[in-house]
Amino acid sequence: MQGRKAIPLTSAALALTALAGTATAQGVVNVFNWSDYITDEVLEQFTEKTGIRVVYDVYDSNDTLEARLLAGSSGFDVVVPTATFMQRQIAAGVYMPLNRDLLPNLVNMDEALMAAAATHDPGNEHAVIYMWGTTGIGYNIDMVAERLGEDFDVDTWAMVFDPEVAGKLADCGISWLDSPTDMFPAAMAWLGLDPQSTAAEDFEAAADLLLSVRDTVRYFHSSQYISDLANGEICVAVGWSGDVLQAAERAEEAGRGVNVWYAIPAEGAMQWFDMLAIPEDAPNPENAHAFINFIMEPEVSAAITNYVWFPNANRASWEFVDEEIFNDPAIFPTAEVAETLFTGVTYDSRTDRLVTRLWTRVRTGQ
Amino acid sequence: MSAVTESAAWRGSARVLGWLGISGRTLVIAVPMLWFLVFFLVPFFVLGRISLAEVIIARPPYTPLFERGPEGELEIIAGLQNYRFLFEDALYRNAYFSSIRIAVISTVFALLIGYPIAYYIARSPEPRRSILLLMVILPFWTSFLLRVYAWMGFLRREGVINNMLMSMGVIDTPLVMLQTDFAVLIGIVYTYLPFMILPLYANLTKLDDAHLEAAADLGASPMVTFFTVTLPLSMPGIIAGSMLVFIPAIGEYVIPALLGGPDTLMIGRVLWDEFFSSRDWPVASAVAIVMLVLVVAPIMWLQSIQNRRELD
Repeated sequence: MQGRKAIPLTSAALALTALAGTATAQGVVNVFNWSDYITDEVLEQFTEKTGIRVVYDVYDSNDTLEARLLAGSSGFDVVVPTATFMQRQIAAGVYMPLNRDLLPNLVNMDEALMAAAATHDPGNEHAVIYMWGTTGIGYNIDMVAERLGEDFDVDTWAMVFDPEVAGKLADCGISWLDSPTDMFPAAMAWLGLDPQSTAAEDFEAAADLLLSVRDTVRYFHSSQYISDLANGEICVAVGWSGDVLQAAERAEEAGRGVNVWYAIPAEGAMQWFDMLAIPEDAPNPENAHAFINFIMEPEVSAAITNYVWFPNANRASWEFVDEEIFNDPAIFPTAEVAETLFTGVTYDSRTDRLVTRLWTRVRTGQ
Repeated sequence: MSAVTESAAWRGSARVLGWLGISGRTLVIAVPMLWFLVFFLVPFFVLGRISLAEVIIARPPYTPLFERGPEGELEIIAGLQNYRFLFEDALYRNAYFSSIRIAVISTVFALLIGYPIAYYIARSPEPRRSILLLMVILPFWTSFLLRVYAWMGFLRREGVINNMLMSMGVIDTPLVMLQTDFAVLIGIVYTYLPFMILPLYANLTKLDDAHLEAAADLGASPMVTFFTVTLPLSMPGIIAGSMLVFIPAIGEYVIPALLGGPDTLMIGRVLWDEFFSSRDWPVASAVAIVMLVLVVAPIMWLQSIQNRRELD
């Protein structure tokens, strides 16, 4: 994920206050994770099993995490950066190498996925995959069918990038992620360019495309679309897989006839990895290893996936994942779809500046 | 007896300070000076220092200003390139102008709305005056963020205002109010209005009725009295209130982020982008320093006006 919703984990916070009472001499582990990205039971089980108290804090964007890590002395033992961001942070010396002797559960991890993550962290030396997902399109089934016809294949970026198609959908509301590192590669994929390109002219081309359909966009936001999709306030959103599915679940619970679903565009969609890593100056590195190892228990990983609807990379856990989730291609893409996915790239600072500048132009229209 | 010992102790400590060459006056001034030093000057110099550096991938993500050369000599690697960059790219100029424009418009509206309110409260008899004053302050007891969210509820497509206008048949299609500059102006004026009212009220209550009576005796109409007596006398209140609205409005980030549209360009947002998205702390610091200068310049100007008035 490149930037996510800010729904406070109130229940987790409450559970943790309760946990504080049962803490023993084993000490604490300070975890800094995305909001709404774990189930409370897992944290309780960890404390029960190890006696280590979990101090859990949340953030809603990689930028927030990175700013704290780069300032130094963050005080966190375990953090969950997205792999593209982590690569740069590793270069800055933010993380310590993992001690594999303390992580026997590494054998549970899926080799292919870990190899994909290793493009950002050679040899998986600094991190293991927590959850992963894709950047695609969330849509309101009925509103879209009404405007484009029942037969329209929704698994295409044309929904948002083709002026004709997007123009028909604009009246019921389109939202884009306010995240250039998601939007530019998507635009490049639709244009048939290499979505991993860092060439300035490719970014310019993508920016021209985005500007040409900007008028169809109601707003740019990285979390508001969850509730707006669920309420029927918007009908199409460029969003992250688990978040869109969460909107679908909320819409179903509300029972007001709003049907939301998620599509992975056939032209290619970004596959991202959120990684468990230990800051170089972590106060309790041993407890951090214990926590990461615990997350890699098959039942624990499965419990988290069953709750957050994001896929994990823990092969041994998949037999414990609810069947309806595991067999859902929107959550765990099929092998065919997986072929079309691409991973993100880490930009150097010149490209970063260009991307931010072009994105400001797209967002503000100037 | 204790009073005697206490005053003796006071005299004793005063004598100690006297030996050290510290007078009571210095002590009194020292507190605000220390405050100014710790919470303004030190951060300002830290920012200034970062703004002269270059961005690198490290922790912290900027270069040192000095480096030991091969022979151990100090090399200065600081430069003004970040400031030059701000002038080269029209984005920053546009963002500064747009921020100033929004801040000026909000200040004018806050003044137009706040002045009559302050005047009315100041002219009200005592029990009512306290209640009215309380009503101005009361919203502060709830979170500022919640109040901005409430405006989102009013202004949105399916919001209170649109629903009301449509049910009354005034409009057929909902008005787009949320995510526009108009919404940002409403948010800023609403949020900072009390900062305009309170200094104006404090000033207007001190207005001596004798001046007004004198003006009336000399044949001035209420209108003329207001413009030639009340308004000039309340100038210090107007200036104080305007500064309290203008200064936070210019760097406002939260209100445009929540109520503004994608094309609302304000310097607070640009600063956020530089720091978080571009990860360029040096340029972000340069943006902040320039913003500070933009804010300080009008304050100094207004301050000098006020000083001149006091001398007259």
